[in-house]
Amino acid sequence: MTVSRRQVLGAGAAGLAAGAAAVGGFELAQAASASDPAPDPALAYDFHGEHQAGIVTPAQDRLHFAAFDVTTSSRDELVALLRAWTSAAAAMTAGRPVGAGTVGSYDSPPADTGEALGLPASGLTLTFGFGPSLFTRFGLSSRKPAALEPLPHFPADNLDPARSDGDLCVQACANDPQVAVHAIRNLARIGFGTVAMRWNQLGFGRTSSTSTSQATPRNLMGFKDGTANLRAEDTADIARFVWVGPEDDPKAEWLAGGSYLVARRINIAIEPWDRTSLREQENLIGRERAHGAPLSGGTEFTELDLDMKGSTGPIIPMNAHVRLAHPTQNDGTRMLRRGYNFTDGTDTLGRLDAGLFFLAYVRDPGRHYVPMQNKLSAHDGLMEYLQHTGSGLWAVPPGVRRGEYVGQALFA
Amino acid sequence: MKLPSLVAACALLALPLSACSLTESNDDDPKAGGPISVASSDDACKVSTRKAESGTLTFRVKNTGSKVTEFYLYGEDGLRIVGEVENVGPGLTRDLVLTAQPGTYVTACKPGMVGKGIRAAFTVSDSGKDTAVTGVDQATIDTALGQYASYVKDQAGQLVTATREFVTAYKAGDDDRARTLFPAARFHWEAIETVAESFGDLDPRTDLREADLEPGQRWTGWHRIEKDLWPPASGYRGLSTRDRATYADDLMANVTTLHTRVQTLTYTVDQVSNGSKGLLDEVATGKITGEEDIWSHTDLWDFQANVVGAKVAYETLKPLLDVKDKALSTTIGARFTALQALLDRYKKGDGFVFYDTVDEAGRKQLSDAVSALAEPLSKMTGALTL
Repeated sequence: MTVSRRQVLGAGAAGLAAGAAAVGGFELAQAASASDPAPDPALAYDFHGEHQAGIVTPAQDRLHFAAFDVTTSSRDELVALLRAWTSAAAAMTAGRPVGAGTVGSYDSPPADTGEALGLPASGLTLTFGFGPSLFTRFGLSSRKPAALEPLPHFPADNLDPARSDGDLCVQACANDPQVAVHAIRNLARIGFGTVAMRWNQLGFGRTSSTSTSQATPRNLMGFKDGTANLRAEDTADIARFVWVGPEDDPKAEWLAGGSYLVARRINIAIEPWDRTSLREQENLIGRERAHGAPLSGGTEFTELDLDMKGSTGPIIPMNAHVRLAHPTQNDGTRMLRRGYNFTDGTDTLGRLDAGLFFLAYVRDPGRHYVPMQNKLSAHDGLMEYLQHTGSGLWAVPPGVRRGEYVGQALFA
Repeated sequence: MKLPSLVAACALLALPLSACSLTESNDDDPKAGGPISVASSDDACKVSTRKAESGTLTFRVKNTGSKVTEFYLYGEDGLRIVGEVENVGPGLTRDLVLTAQPGTYVTACKPGMVGKGIRAAFTVSDSGKDTAVTGVDQATIDTALGQYASYVKDQAGQLVTATREFVTAYKAGDDDRARTLFPAARFHWEAIETVAESFGDLDPRTDLREADLEPGQRWTGWHRIEKDLWPPASGYRGLSTRDRATYADDLMANVTTLHTRVQTLTYTVDQVSNGSKGLLDEVATGKITGEEDIWSHTDLWDFQANVVGAKVAYETLKPLLDVKDKALSTTIGARFTALQALLDRYKKGDGFVFYDTVDEAGRKQLSDAVSALAEPLSKMTGALTL
């Protein structure tokens, strides 16, 4: 069996014996053409600031995410790497090459790998995180945040260790994929001997909006994703649910102003999903596909009416994704999601290896992520089409002040 | 309305007559019928026209009110439902597509989903198009649905018998015999898996895989026993005789409950049709990867059972589908045959080879054949219900 139960005999079946069908063909004609204007290529975000960029920054279109394992046993070498990464990140996010464009010997390889030469900054942000495994070494155990525990096994998880965890992570987001890939490639190169890349993930197509200035994009299920996401403009909720407070963890005061990053590689069973009737798709999601309005009516941003009755039970079914993920069903919890669509070619069975690379920033994963994921993994009707294949959790230190290096307070 | 505009276009552009004729013969011109708009408010049901020509009609129902609404097209008697669309939330729009024959009908909006609804007459005049072939009489439908109900009951009965034999051997510690009986007993569960899964309480108790457990959830059912019969090479402690009895009795009780419950189940056309497609999805998401029976590697028995169950559902509906969409029906039939031919290559004795002996190329071939079948099969419900 699969975790969730198909509602073959339950809600949603129309009385069809007489010979008629309700269909959603109108969506083709009426689907909202919600797309943002092309981003300004010269857009550049300051690497320095109170918080790291790449969290509440309006989500860029492309992602290259990498997890690294630290291979050195020297704390000094690790700190030296963080300094070098900081310097390179500041240059690249400003649209400058690594090594300040210095011309070396003709007999030496160039300091910058070159594929982004001539390309503008393209809104590049680089966001760094520290995984639970880092804190077992380098004298860091006494400063490990209490909430930085490896995520538990969730029902139906099928995690690949080669796509999970890591001592360090770097999230590179940009509006040009070449710029994002260039950034990860150069950071990896700088790190050889100190860190080794453990795994990486390319993402195309953001699946969340993190600013009210952005239209809601669609995920590979064809539905708008992130309609109810936290946005930069919700400053009170961002402070409440994203940034770690100075009092949150006495052992980890260095993390104040930072956050926790949850990454989940979620494969979608694309082919079976595409064979699912629009009726079932909409019932599993809880929204209509054309505009993203909840099944309880209104338009995309209309609040859900979870009590509204349909012909057989609530009009938004009990196992609908939007119901189970809704703050009212999760103790008021919200999170800032920043996920991307991915496809990594085909699997050995010839199926698209594709899905959603889920990224979310939360203040306390134990409260703001784990309970909800347990509920979704066990009860979300969509789980029939989903499989979590990668996972990781990192503490994301606060922003970097000029002259400092990323995570400096942890090593102070 | 179509013809005059085409004539005008020809005159204007001085197109050769043959080109105009070609264009004119295109019956798929969306403007020809065009959707009939229905505005359903809390106290009114505004249908944009009171008449249409026979053929495929689309009612575009927009809920302009504050309550959940439904829209119906009834026959002349105001009782026989020709088509319906339900669960239209406030502000939302849904299409009702149906094939209408010439005659007198009644339209009705039901704001709040109660009562007789706000009704009006609707006339369909004869367009000369042949709409009669899409009709299937109720007796044919009833026969098909009755056959499917009988099949489910029969499989549930065989499940009870086969599971009893299996748990008896398992409890007695006759592991070799239990290992032989395990896939054979599961076969009857897998053949009606989509029905079994519809019981949200029984299914997790009976068929949950270890990876699917919630924190704190007790693992019971087929796969718990499977792991005990095909234990991992290290780090596993076998169940005691008493624990064996507990799990075995629990499984027996659950399949017995399933058998009891299916006695009174009735089905609709779309349930049987979606169930057929759902069984193929089970193959595509579970069996094809070897994730279903990770200890015993008896996935091909489950695979075969899902396919047989899907095929029975298709064949039950075939008399209807042959009338509604003969080409689709033929394609589905041919692809069931192709998939079965592929499965037959892995038959061994009364059963199959173990799935861990099927190499990547072989698995991909099976996967491709499943996709080839599942795609047309996913169109069966839509074809049957239009």
